[in-house]
Amino acid sequence: MMDKYTKLQLIGLYCGVALFLLFMLLPFVEMFLASLRPLEHLFRSPYQLWSDDFSFDAYSKMWETVPLLGRYIFNSVFIAASVTFFTLLFVVPASYAYARLEFPYKAASLSGFLGVNMFAGAVLLIPLYRVLRTLGLLNSYWAMIVPGVAFLIPTGIWLLRAYLEKIPKELEEAAYVDGASRVYTLRRVVLPLATPGLIVVGVTVFITAYAQQFIFAITFNQTRELQPLPAGLYEFIGYQSVTWNEMMAAALVGVLPVMIIFLFLQRYLIAGLTAGAVKE
Amino acid sequence: MIRLESLNVGELSLDKLVLNEESFVAGGRKRKRSVLSEKWFAFFLIAPSVFFLLIIVAWPLAETLRLSFMKAGLGGEAFVGFENYQDLLESKKFHQTVIRTFYWMFLSVSLKMLLGLIGATLLNAAIPGRALFRVLIMPPWVIPIAIGCVGWLWLYNGQFGVLSGVGQQLGLLDGPHEFLAHKKSAFYSAVVTDVWVGTPMVSLFLLAAMQGVNRDLYEAAWVDGAGRWYRFRRITIPQIMPVIVTMALYSAIFTFNSFDIIWILTQGGPRGASTTLIVDTYKVAIGNYKFGEGAARVVVIVMLLGVFASVYMLLLGKLLRKYGTK
Repeated sequence: MMDKYTKLQLIGLYCGVALFLLFMLLPFVEMFLASLRPLEHLFRSPYQLWSDDFSFDAYSKMWETVPLLGRYIFNSVFIAASVTFFTLLFVVPASYAYARLEFPYKAASLSGFLGVNMFAGAVLLIPLYRVLRTLGLLNSYWAMIVPGVAFLIPTGIWLLRAYLEKIPKELEEAAYVDGASRVYTLRRVVLPLATPGLIVVGVTVFITAYAQQFIFAITFNQTRELQPLPAGLYEFIGYQSVTWNEMMAAALVGVLPVMIIFLFLQRYLIAGLTAGAVKE
Repeated sequence: MIRLESLNVGELSLDKLVLNEESFVAGGRKRKRSVLSEKWFAFFLIAPSVFFLLIIVAWPLAETLRLSFMKAGLGGEAFVGFENYQDLLESKKFHQTVIRTFYWMFLSVSLKMLLGLIGATLLNAAIPGRALFRVLIMPPWVIPIAIGCVGWLWLYNGQFGVLSGVGQQLGLLDGPHEFLAHKKSAFYSAVVTDVWVGTPMVSLFLLAAMQGVNRDLYEAAWVDGAGRWYRFRRITIPQIMPVIVTMALYSAIFTFNSFDIIWILTQGGPRGASTTLIVDTYKVAIGNYKFGEGAARVVVIVMLLGVFASVYMLLLGKLLRKYGTK
């Protein structure tokens, strides 16, 4: 009753949604259309939304124009997956401590972690460059993985802590009374229960890591074979000309892995991400 | 530093801690020792993260502070005192950059919050298909910023971009308009793209907050004859205020530090028209190898953000107390 809309209101709502979605999806539509056009027709003026010469040629030719394209996509996935793995390795124990245990400096250290969010990677590039050089990690996968992990640990702790706090304490206490050690309880009781939360944090970290490789890649890595896709994409901007249609095709193919993951897990993801925010 | 010490001890005492557990289980007594071990266990659990961030974040920060007093480049370093800061204080160009950065932040964050609120309200409406719409707004956040920007580069192109094309057909533009080649439109184009990237997240969080509002409140207001707009203004907004303010701060910090978008779209140009502090720092430090001058900029950025965040929290505390929403 309360939620009932009149016809006019419904039309208004759908128009609003349509406008909103148009803004959100316009670049993708444009990229897709551009990827279908033959290069010589791309620059046709005046602008045409639809033309009859659409073809999927760019999707096969792009692998020849940039021979390393496949490698770049693999690198992107590999780097993001590694960042996810290592971040979880750090985040799981720490967020358990913040969710369950009492210890001195708890609040202070937690805000310290969150304070790291203040310095996005870009601020620390110069000294980070030197630190990575000192550690001998420049121009390797590590150059992109290590900073990625560092800047995702705070977010990971924040999200997973919120999830762990919702798991009933009684189960752990039962295991504890039965003689299980703390480490055993964490591994065999808490972790299995926290699997949905781990998925949420894992996917969030993966998506963010996939999205934020660019700046670390262009700054810390000069080895072409190791570049992730966002950096490798710029190879389509050649000396003579830019093969825009192939660049668009490559960009769309390159986001497929992360889009697929998102589509399959979006239900958990949206619920889990917002759980941390709405708690207070 | 305190944390570092305690964490070392925490690592060492792992064996002791296991022993403690066993003695607790065997005897069922010694409550006090198990409380102590809880502390060490916690330190042991957070130690790796703390240690890692000390190396990758804290050390570079300290290094930045040191470098900011140096004249440093590829050749070497020399102590110059406050010279780098003095240069910044006197540079008119830098002042403009600071102002531009705050303008960039306020404009972009306001738009993100406004659009996010509108989007969340739309997606919160009980209409068929909303589950699908919720998924469809997420791609800008899901895909790498650098790749989304490639799409925007295309959109903003004067010769074959859709914006220029449609603009001409509608008679809004009297010729091809290169959005990224003119000072004003380049800046605002970057803002639009930044808003595009940031809005999905804001929408999602505000939507979740809206769904967390107790429905009884709406029912009661509805029974009393309150209209939709009234309910939105007097129930929804106050109820989700805490999330709005947290999101705004989070978004502000993120926007302030936003680099990829500007770098890919305009590289800070044309003629510095879209250069924010972070882009300026990158150009000086990484582009021109002036590490010292870049470091001084970083210190300024961190201080500005720190001051901004504290003032914001302070004002916020007052505001929230005044309106009684926690």
